[in-house]
Amino acid sequence: MDGISAILGRLWATSGFMQLVDVRQIIMIALACVLLYMGIVKKYEPLLLVGIAFGMLLTNLPGASLYHPELWDAYIEGTLGLGEVIHEGGLLDILYIGVKIGLYPSLIFLGVGAMTDFGPLLANPKSLLLGAAAQFGIFTAFLMALILKFPANVAAAIGIIGGADGPTAIWLTSLLAPDYLAPIAIAAYSYMALIPLIQPPIMRALTTEKERTTVMEQLRPVSQKQKILFPIVVTIFVCLLLPSVAPLLGCLMLGNLLKETGVTNRLADTAQNGLMNTVTIFLSVSVGATARYDRFLNLQTLAIIGLGLLAFIFATIGGLLIGKLMYKLSGGKINPLIGSAGVSAVPMAARVSQMEGQKANPSNFLLMHAMGPNVAGVIGSAVAAGLLLALFG
Amino acid sequence: MSIGTGAVYSLLGICVVFAALALLMAVVVILYRVTTPKASAQAPAAEPQTEEIAEYGIPEAPGSAGGIKLYNTDPRDAAMVMAIVADTLGKPLNELRFLSIKRIDEEAGGGNEI
Repeated sequence: MDGISAILGRLWATSGFMQLVDVRQIIMIALACVLLYMGIVKKYEPLLLVGIAFGMLLTNLPGASLYHPELWDAYIEGTLGLGEVIHEGGLLDILYIGVKIGLYPSLIFLGVGAMTDFGPLLANPKSLLLGAAAQFGIFTAFLMALILKFPANVAAAIGIIGGADGPTAIWLTSLLAPDYLAPIAIAAYSYMALIPLIQPPIMRALTTEKERTTVMEQLRPVSQKQKILFPIVVTIFVCLLLPSVAPLLGCLMLGNLLKETGVTNRLADTAQNGLMNTVTIFLSVSVGATARYDRFLNLQTLAIIGLGLLAFIFATIGGLLIGKLMYKLSGGKINPLIGSAGVSAVPMAARVSQMEGQKANPSNFLLMHAMGPNVAGVIGSAVAAGLLLALFG
Repeated sequence: MSIGTGAVYSLLGICVVFAALALLMAVVVILYRVTTPKASAQAPAAEPQTEEIAEYGIPEAPGSAGGIKLYNTDPRDAAMVMAIVADTLGKPLNELRFLSIKRIDEEAGGGNEI
């Protein structure tokens, strides 16, 4: 009898319940459950948020030892090699390598490229200016983060939230400020899901009823030849201009080329389905794993969440203001509502432009017009990330 | 980094992004000029619609879906028809060109004509 109770006692002593001594662990487990609820029930970016929340749950369960940030600290300091991290680490440490070396975001971009139609952008190249304007949020948030005394590299990583592009945010943060990966990724994906709530009030405040009712002319047709040449030309041009952006933009354009050539359909199918889904699981769980209670629960996380919201707001404002300028310069032919779609977040931001345009004028179909700035925003945020990496990397 | 330096970096950053995308815009325009035969590049995209419009002899509806002309058709129905056609053909909506949509009298066979 004594033997059984001793065994049970030992089992109890080694269980996670006995190690659950810090209230912050319980808070993080509860927060993970809230994020799971938001992903599953509210359907806020579920493909990413469910994985992130589950990774957060796993990493905060005491005793599981799936992720060891201290090993990665030692790796960054140079006192531990990658082989030792793999040997001593847990499952999530091994998955995290893909984040650490920037592999997952690039592969996600490959899939995004295979799913993206650049036709609306090619039909209306001015969309690129709207995509550039919406990057205003990145640099505003960067400046505000500096005001809040964040180091420059961290401020740059926080700023990229304004690009409204999850893989880009993860890519840049893992290279510039890996300790802040969890709050930045969670802020980026949460606000992307909240775009239908964040953008419309700003859109209505900054545009007049007359501007919102503007009906745009149908886009010109784009030949297949142009669609095939576009990813090749963009890769050569932008990667020569900003070589640091090559991993992201190169993969985005490769994915798009696979889609458009018409002779690599099997590869395009794999890039946008099998590969994309596999990498999404690895990426989301390992990013969530970095949100360990002793590193996540602090005032800096709250500041990052707040700055992320401001970044989205200023990005929307930047796109709308250039949209209004284009409305004036074009003699009222361009609906400024498509400017807000420049914040990336494909295709959610374009859908918001469509919905607001139809509210003002039910016969208005802005979706395809907004897709131009929307995909231009993806290129714009990648360019901004490459620039920040070149400056602070 | 001081706030002043940060402000300079921010200004420089947004200018570089603008310049890069403006140059890319120029590249796209050149790409269009190079890959499109002169005659079709100069022809306005919406021109063929005028003949179609005259053919129906029906007053144009007050609203129109971009360049699409709607005749006795509710914009919501028109959007639905366009989505169904795109889905049936298995083509993205932006690769299709709808010139006009006209509702035909239901007794005479019913439906929308595209």
